[in-house]
Amino acid sequence: MSVKLNALNSDSYIDISQYRDQHFKGNRYEQEKLLKQSNTLYVGNLSFYTTEEQVHELFSKSGDVKRIIIGLDKIKKTACGFCFVEYYTRADAEHAMRFINGTRLDDRIIRTDWDAGFKEGRQFGRGKSGGQVRDEYRQDYDPARGGYGKLAQQHRPTEGRNSF
Amino acid sequence: MCSFFSRKKHVRLRGQAHKRRRTSEPIEIEDRLESLICRVGEKSTSSLESNLEGLAGVLEADLPNYKSKILRILCTVARLLPEKLTVYTTLVGLLNARNYNFGGEFVEAMIRQLKETLKNNLYSEAVYLVRFLSDLVNCHVIAAPSMVAMFENFVSVTQEEDVPQVRSDWFVYVVLSCLPWVGKELYEKKDVEMDRLLSQIEGYLKRRVKTHVPMLQVWTADKPHPQEEYLDCLWAQIQKLKKDRWQERHILRPYIAFDSVLCEALQHNLPPFTPPGHMPDAQYPMPRVIFRMFDYTDAPEGPVMPGSHSVERFVIEENLHCIIKTHWKERKTCAAQLLSYPGKNKIPLNYHIVEVIFGELFQLPSPPHIDVMYTTLLIELCKLQPGSLPQVLAQATEMLYMRLDTMNTTCIDRLINWFAHHLSNFQFRWSWDDWADCLTVDLEKPKPKFVKEVLEKCMRLSYHQRIVDIVPPTFSALIPADPIFTYKYVDESASSLPGYPMSITVSNAIKNRASNEEILTVLKEVPNPNQEDDDDEGESFNPLKIDVFLQTLLNLAAKSFSHSFSALGKFHEILKTLANSDEGKLHLLKVLYEVWRNHPQMIAVLVDKLIRTQVVDCAAVANWLFSQDMAHEFTRLFIWEILHSTIRKMNKHVQKIQKELEEAKDKLEKQQHKRRDSGDDEDMDKNSEDEEGQLEEQIERLQEKVESAQSEQKNLFLVIFQRFIMLLTEHLVRCETGSVDISTPWYKNCIDRLQQIFLMHHATIQQYMGTLENLLFTAELDHHILAVYQQFCALQL
Repeated sequence: MSVKLNALNSDSYIDISQYRDQHFKGNRYEQEKLLKQSNTLYVGNLSFYTTEEQVHELFSKSGDVKRIIIGLDKIKKTACGFCFVEYYTRADAEHAMRFINGTRLDDRIIRTDWDAGFKEGRQFGRGKSGGQVRDEYRQDYDPARGGYGKLAQQHRPTEGRNSF
Repeated sequence: MCSFFSRKKHVRLRGQAHKRRRTSEPIEIEDRLESLICRVGEKSTSSLESNLEGLAGVLEADLPNYKSKILRILCTVARLLPEKLTVYTTLVGLLNARNYNFGGEFVEAMIRQLKETLKNNLYSEAVYLVRFLSDLVNCHVIAAPSMVAMFENFVSVTQEEDVPQVRSDWFVYVVLSCLPWVGKELYEKKDVEMDRLLSQIEGYLKRRVKTHVPMLQVWTADKPHPQEEYLDCLWAQIQKLKKDRWQERHILRPYIAFDSVLCEALQHNLPPFTPPGHMPDAQYPMPRVIFRMFDYTDAPEGPVMPGSHSVERFVIEENLHCIIKTHWKERKTCAAQLLSYPGKNKIPLNYHIVEVIFGELFQLPSPPHIDVMYTTLLIELCKLQPGSLPQVLAQATEMLYMRLDTMNTTCIDRLINWFAHHLSNFQFRWSWDDWADCLTVDLEKPKPKFVKEVLEKCMRLSYHQRIVDIVPPTFSALIPADPIFTYKYVDESASSLPGYPMSITVSNAIKNRASNEEILTVLKEVPNPNQEDDDDEGESFNPLKIDVFLQTLLNLAAKSFSHSFSALGKFHEILKTLANSDEGKLHLLKVLYEVWRNHPQMIAVLVDKLIRTQVVDCAAVANWLFSQDMAHEFTRLFIWEILHSTIRKMNKHVQKIQKELEEAKDKLEKQQHKRRDSGDDEDMDKNSEDEEGQLEEQIERLQEKVESAQSEQKNLFLVIFQRFIMLLTEHLVRCETGSVDISTPWYKNCIDRLQQIFLMHHATIQQYMGTLENLLFTAELDHHILAVYQQFCALQL
């Protein structure tokens, strides 16, 4: 009797994304297996000023949070706009993917994605300047993420030069 | 309708007979059938009628090869897509008209499925199946008299003796809830029998017990909208429908367009259906109260909202609930489906949607789905209807605020959480000045209390200064405290305190990475204010030691959650040693509160860690929350969040060990079977015996663990209920002797909180009913307190 119709079982918000961690130790198959069983989420597009407390409050809405690891700039050791949220159960993490992903924290739309599991070292940004890679190359001005992207900052003329 | 078969072309190779590649086709075709059937009725360039006609043709052609698959799919959509009921009954009607045997087989399959769902306690799905069958009468698939006969069998359950009321409730509900669809047809064919049926139902409804109702109502007041018990409301709606001579104009009925075809079809008789008897492990649905917050005066322009006793209201609400049930996991789809409700132009759809969503969010004992889903769904709806839905939502919020005085505290909790989270997605924009009235009353009253708790939650999602900035200066009394650490031994001004010198020593020791033993040695020097002399190793409860160590440690770790968690983890052994008595645990929690009293969120997460690392037990937390020291915080939301989180941890712990026990038992059984089946291999036998012996030992240990955990769980509930009874009795006696009205804000809060324990943990508390009744909720108890217990019992009867 318990026929499952694929057409009625859609749960697309918990699907794994296209992203694969290039630093993952293991093959694609192993990584995907871990992603599909994981209780840990990567959270991106945070403001540099978003605190662990704020993350905890928001993500507790989908279940009990086991731990939060705030992503840090590798050089400055300050928050650089991402974090990991680990739940005690997969079910709670799935609820976060369904109902917290794509909503706002600190006025910013945040993005959650499955993570294969936190390992020491993964809390650091991998951009050349110490922060996240995405902040190396972006062209826009984002005051909550250090202003202009790092590359753009190098090429930006300083204020005084053109003002005559 | 386009042809959807893509048969591979014959591939004729030179010199070879042509081959047809068929291996992948059946699966493709089955998937296509599923997809076609599931999607019929959705947005399309063709009319619904022409799509149904086309699909019926396609399915008829496939019956020779795919009959059982088609039967299964149709049975499943009947069970899982009730919001599209009439689309699928029409389809079945068309198929029956083309193929009588298929119609008969479908009916049989449905009956089999109905029996299965009832056996498996799937009562809401069973309702949808019966409703489907009843609508098949309209499609000339099932003969009306046989449907009436089934209803008569259902209603005869009300004559059963010694069965839970919720059982007969369900059978009555099923019959009544089908009548909007099929009442007209059944009355036309069998009015005498139907009148008898309704009269029996009326008699039942008059004699059924309704003790449970107050516990399930969102508001205690009857104005502006009475919170009706669900069967009473449905009965009133059916009465009105009958008075209107069963004229029902809301339900979409595609079969009307096919009447000329369908009335030529031969009908089937339902086999006689005897409702399965009552089984002790049956879990009938709990009674409900119908949530209403809007009426025709609320939608300012456009279509009028159907009245509370109109059958249209019932059908709309049912369908909207069904849509949420089907699509809750995918909020964009859910929002889109809600907003494309058929017939939406004739009703104020946004109001219905908002009312149904809040109805679910506030449902007692608990919402059908996780709370945060509703927040996100409302945000999606606002995105899809930015010009209209936010206004309805604002209007709803305003109305809910105005009626806070009579709202159930559990529902207020959910409203607080929803509103703060919602605001955090919209830059906290709100016209706070509209609520300036809350500043003129006692701050313990529901309205200012609500605003205060909302602002506290908003702060947790942002930061203190943000809250100061978003509210008018007049609201300053309601702004939460800046969540900073309060250190007793902060500087020389504290030097006269007995623990001050030690706090500096301990602080330095920690900073210099002293070991646990070294720190314990240092702490030995702390005098015990409870004792005259050091008559022991200094091991007994020493409040000053706890105070100095914990204050100092938490001060050093105050920077963030992670710092504090790390500190608790590092010095876990010391904490366990210091708090190894009930008094020690209580004092530890007291000190924790003292230093973090401005940061309830921190208190909650630290208590959570202390329980998980077994530094304190659940009963200690309960005793602390109910202690005199915490009396001034008793009505604050964070207290109850901590208590319920504690109870949940206890429950999860018991479940975890029970699961381990079950798994071990299963393993043993498998092992024993293996041995039995393996024959006479002596060596294997010996190894097997050893393994079994180990498993038996493990099972014995786990059995003890389970018993011990259950005992702890029972004790926790006893402690909590005892404390409630003490507090409430004290209050009631005091009021009585002083001839004062008992209904203070504190009392209302407290009695609702007692009720909340029952509601939020009803499944667990069930096991301990006997003890509760014998020890605590006896006849001698004040009737105000006893009433809560009796209402709870009535939920299961």
